[in-house]
Parts: sequence; structure tokens; C-alpha cells
Amino acid sequence: MKTIVIARSKFRPPGTHQESKARGETMAQSDELEALTRAFSGHGVDERTLIAVLGKSHPEKRKSFRKGNPHFFKEDERSFERWDDHRIKLLKREFMRFKNAVVLWAMHPWERDARLMKEALIEGPDSYNVLIEVACTRSSEELLGARRAYHSLFEHSIEEDIASQVHGPDCKLLVALVSAYRYEGSNLKEDTAKSEAKILLNAIKSGEKKTQDEEVIRILTTRSKPHLKAVYKYYQEIGGSNLDEDLKSDSRLQETVQCLCTPEKYFSQVLDLALRPDADKSTKKAVTRVIVTRADVDVKEIDEEFSKMYGVHLSKKIEDTANGNYKEFLLTLIAKGD
Amino acid sequence: MATLAVPPSVPSPAEDAEQLRKAFAGWGTNEDLIISILAHRNTAQRKLIRQTYAETYGEDLLKALDKELSSDFERSVLLWTLDPAERDAFLSNEATKKLTSSNWVLLEIACTRSSMELFMVRQAYHARYKKSLEEDIACHTTGDFRKLLVPLASTFRYEGPEVNMTLARSEAKILHEKIHEKAYNHDELIRIVTTRSKAQLNATLNHYNNEFGNAINKDLKADPNDEFLKLLRSAIKCLTCTEKYFEKVLRLAINKLGTDEWALTRVVTTRAEVDMQRIKEQYHKRNSVPLDRAIANDTSGDYKKMLLALVGHEAA
Repeated sequence: MKTIVIARSKFRPPGTHQESKARGETMAQSDELEALTRAFSGHGVDERTLIAVLGKSHPEKRKSFRKGNPHFFKEDERSFERWDDHRIKLLKREFMRFKNAVVLWAMHPWERDARLMKEALIEGPDSYNVLIEVACTRSSEELLGARRAYHSLFEHSIEEDIASQVHGPDCKLLVALVSAYRYEGSNLKEDTAKSEAKILLNAIKSGEKKTQDEEVIRILTTRSKPHLKAVYKYYQEIGGSNLDEDLKSDSRLQETVQCLCTPEKYFSQVLDLALRPDADKSTKKAVTRVIVTRADVDVKEIDEEFSKMYGVHLSKKIEDTANGNYKEFLLTLIAKGD
Repeated sequence: MATLAVPPSVPSPAEDAEQLRKAFAGWGTNEDLIISILAHRNTAQRKLIRQTYAETYGEDLLKALDKELSSDFERSVLLWTLDPAERDAFLSNEATKKLTSSNWVLLEIACTRSSMELFMVRQAYHARYKKSLEEDIACHTTGDFRKLLVPLASTFRYEGPEVNMTLARSEAKILHEKIHEKAYNHDELIRIVTTRSKAQLNATLNHYNNEFGNAINKDLKADPNDEFLKLLRSAIKCLTCTEKYFEKVLRLAINKLGTDEWALTRVVTTRAEVDMQRIKEQYHKRNSVPLDRAIANDTSGDYKKMLLALVGHEAA
């Protein structure tokens, strides 16, 4: 779009030379202002437009930009258009998005996961889904590695920090998830999977607080992933509905089941929420986190699932909502598997 | 310090394997030869012998031992020959089975191994039993026992010496409170015991003693018949004074009417390469008789010879 702005100013519509020149300039101007606004919105910033349009602009153009953007600039009582402080804060975050993605990408996966978990703990309950995500979507060896890196980085074990900082019923679930060292082979007993599906059905139907249920926790926090996928299947066959849907009232348990049994679906949902225009700052972070942590694993599968669920490919969605270097970086990571 | 005595110049694994093969040949078995080799090789050496034996004779050494030996002697040789992670995995698995079920063994392994050693046990468990250790423990325990044992087996404690004294004070207070309220299975109590680093836990319990006048285990003796309390006290002992814990296990095993051979075998084979020297010193201090003499008086035959070879024995 930005290149068209520059090009258009060369092609003037017919009419008197003066009129068309004026008209052309206003159109070019409003396109440029629009492009500038867009360069500052969405995920990341459009560095090229900022350089080409803002960098080259004369003072009057910048004044028009300020006057034309009441969200960014407010008329001050002393007669100047003043940057909105909150907007500067937001912009700082957008400029940092590329840097954060690069640093996270270069990091050793163990350090990455350890830092993500620490950050989630500090941010509080709204970010605890990240703890579940790391604990449940990494392989057993990767999770062990993250726990070792956590020792080095923070001189504590992750489980002791979670146990002492998380309050309420979620604590037990989170500690157990992070402590698991699940068997990774395909060996599983169908009978056990069937009977455990029944146990879950009964626990859910009974309506008691499921996170307090010993057996629910035991099954979800100790069984292998292939076993849990079988449990998920039997649950559906016996009960008629999906386990994660029935856990809607308990978001932690629902996230746990999704991460363990249908991770591509889970990641697609997280990305969809993060790419919405009304996404808040911590939801938006998920874009970097998910794409960086899954680029070497299953980003292609997530892309497919995303397109199945939302009718548009993840890469296209990123093309439309992200900007500049940040966008290019993400698209490169997604395309890596090709 | 270990009591394992390895000769200064060790025959090659091939020679050892050959000698062992000879020990099995013909009528009967040359147990003395088996002891003289296996009881004097460390983990790495035993592993090489097993590998070489399998390559040369097409059979797992352990299977051959199983065929040739019997009862307590066999158990001690088999356990000893396994490498530490496999051994602990075997003992843990045995401890989850109905007939041989033992919360004590699970607790001992979970609390006296280092964080990395415990993790290797979990790895060996995957390989051998195609399941995770924690899923088997969870499946075979209930209520408070599950609440204590699963986290103990799953934890990956920080191993550094750093201690936070403020935390030690506040957590000692929490422990005292919960014990006072007789809430022995309280989440906070379990949390502290099952997640804090050993250094931090030591600091907390020292502070407990200084501040409240009693060692925590004394305060946990409220009901002598409460199985859970016994386990909790043992966990704390294992975590903070390992040699004293093992001394007690050995003492009870030897003093028991008859002898608790399984406990005796377990402690000797699992600690001979680790800290048996310190355990011996502790035993002598507590019982005024050296450990090897106590064992010699209480056991016999090849079983006795094997134990004494591992524990270190002055006289012939």
C-alpha cells in the first residue's frame, strides 16, 4: 500500500493542472497520513513507511499528521498538539516487539521456557495459562531442560516458586503439571484409558469442583500423552461430548486438556485471540511466544488448523495485522518448514 | 564416602566376563569367584562387564545370575550389578506392586537421591516399565500418601547452597502452626517439605529448633501409630540427615526377629558406592558395635560374604 502512495502522486487525474495538482496532493497527503497511522498500529511498526513518509516529511505535513490523529495527539491548552502519554507507552511496546521476538528466537529453548514461566508467575493469574502451555506442550526432555535452566537462572526450582506464589485450587494442578516426566512411548493399555475416561465423566457430571478431584488431577498430571489422547477418544465415545468442552467452566483444566490432547487447536485459539484488534497487551504477546516456540515444532500444523477454524491462513492473518520487520520475521519463521 | 573396594589394577571386562562364565560352568556355582569380581567393581566397570558378557556369550549377565543363584544372595548380587538408576527404578516399581508394596522404599529413593539421580531413575523407569514413575505411584496410593509421595518423586529440587533466612523464619513458623493445629497433611506443610531445596529446608528446620525448642520430628511424634506421620518424619530425616536415617534402617533390619533381609540388602547395595563409610561410623557410634560385625552375626553363607565385601570388612 505504501508504494502505491508514492506512485500515485505521480499520476494526476485529468482536470485543470492546478486543480488536479491540488487534488492529487491532498489525496497523496491523506493516503500518506493513513499509511503513517497504520504504520503505528497493529503488531509491530512499519519501519519503512516511517522512514519514507515521516522521515522525509516537512513540518507542515507532520502538523497535519498530528492534527489528523486525535488518538495519538491531543490539543494542549497552550496551543500545541501533544503526544498522548499512554500512546507513547504503547508505541514503545510495538517498537520492541521485533527485538523481543529476535532475542526469544536466538535463545536456547530451555532458557526460553524458563524465562517464559518466570514471567508468567510474576504477571499473575491472568498469565498462568503460559505455565500450562509450557508444561503440557513440550516434550518430557524439553520440560526437564527448562527446569534445569530455571535452577541456573533463578536459584529456585520452578515447582517451589509456583507452590509458594500461586494460591487457590490451581496451585496443585500447576505444580503437578510442571513436575511431570511423562512416558513418551506409544505403549498404552486401552482398558485403563477406557476406565479413566469413565472416571473423568463421573467427576465432571458430579458437578463438584473438578480441580479438587484427586483422580482428575492424577490422570491429567501423570498419564502419558498418547494415553490421554486415548482417554479423550473414549470420553467422546462413551459420553457423547468432548472432554475439553465439558470442562468449559474450569479454564485451567480445559487449557490443560487442550494442550495435552489437541495442541494445534489450542495454539490456533490463542493466536486468534491475540490477533484481534481489541487484544490487550498480555494477550498480544502470545503471537511472538507461540510462533517463536513452535516454529521448529508444529507451526505448519497450527497454520492448517488455524485456517480450518478461522477460514484464513495464519500467514495471511499476520500479513494483514502485523507490520514491518516484526511481520517479516514472523512470516519467515512460519515459512521455515517449507 | 564409599566402602566399595576396587583393586588397584583391574582385569579387563573380557577377563572378568570369562571368569564369571567359568563360575557358572558345571555343577554348582563358584559364588566366591562371583563375589570376588562383582563386589569389587564400580558402576562403570560393572556396566562394561555386562556389555562384554552379553556380546561374548549372547546372554544378559543378570539372566545368568538369576539362573545360577538363589534367595537373598541372588537378590544382593542382582541389585548390586544393576546400575544405580536401574536399581532404583526396579526397587520403586517393586514398591508399587501389591504384594511388595512399600511407601518406605519410595520415600527413601525420592528423598536420599540427588535431583539429577532421581531424574535418571525416572528415565530408567520409562525405559524399563514403559510408564512414568509418578503415574505408577499415583495409581497405587491414595489420599495423604499420594499427596506426599507423588510430589516427592516428581520434584527437581534446586541444589545450590543459597539460603534465604527470612524465608526460613517464615516457613518454620508455618510448619509450627500446622503441627500445632495437628494439620499434618496441610498443603503448606507438604509444599515446604516437597519443594524447597535441601539447603533451604535445613535452614528452616534449624530455625524451627532454635525458635520453638524442639526438633520438628519430636513435634511430629504426636501419634506413634499414625503411618502418615511416620512417613513424614522419615522424609524429613532422609532430606536432612541421610546417614542417621540409613543407620536406623540398618539397625531395625538387623535387630528385627530374624532379619529384614530386603531392607539390609537394599541399603547396602544402594549406599556402598555412595556414603556407606559415614553410615558405618554413625552405626558404630550409635550401637557400639561395628556394622560389619553386626551383619556377620546376623547373616550367613554367601549372602553374608557379599554384604561384607560391599560394606568393607577388616578380618577375613
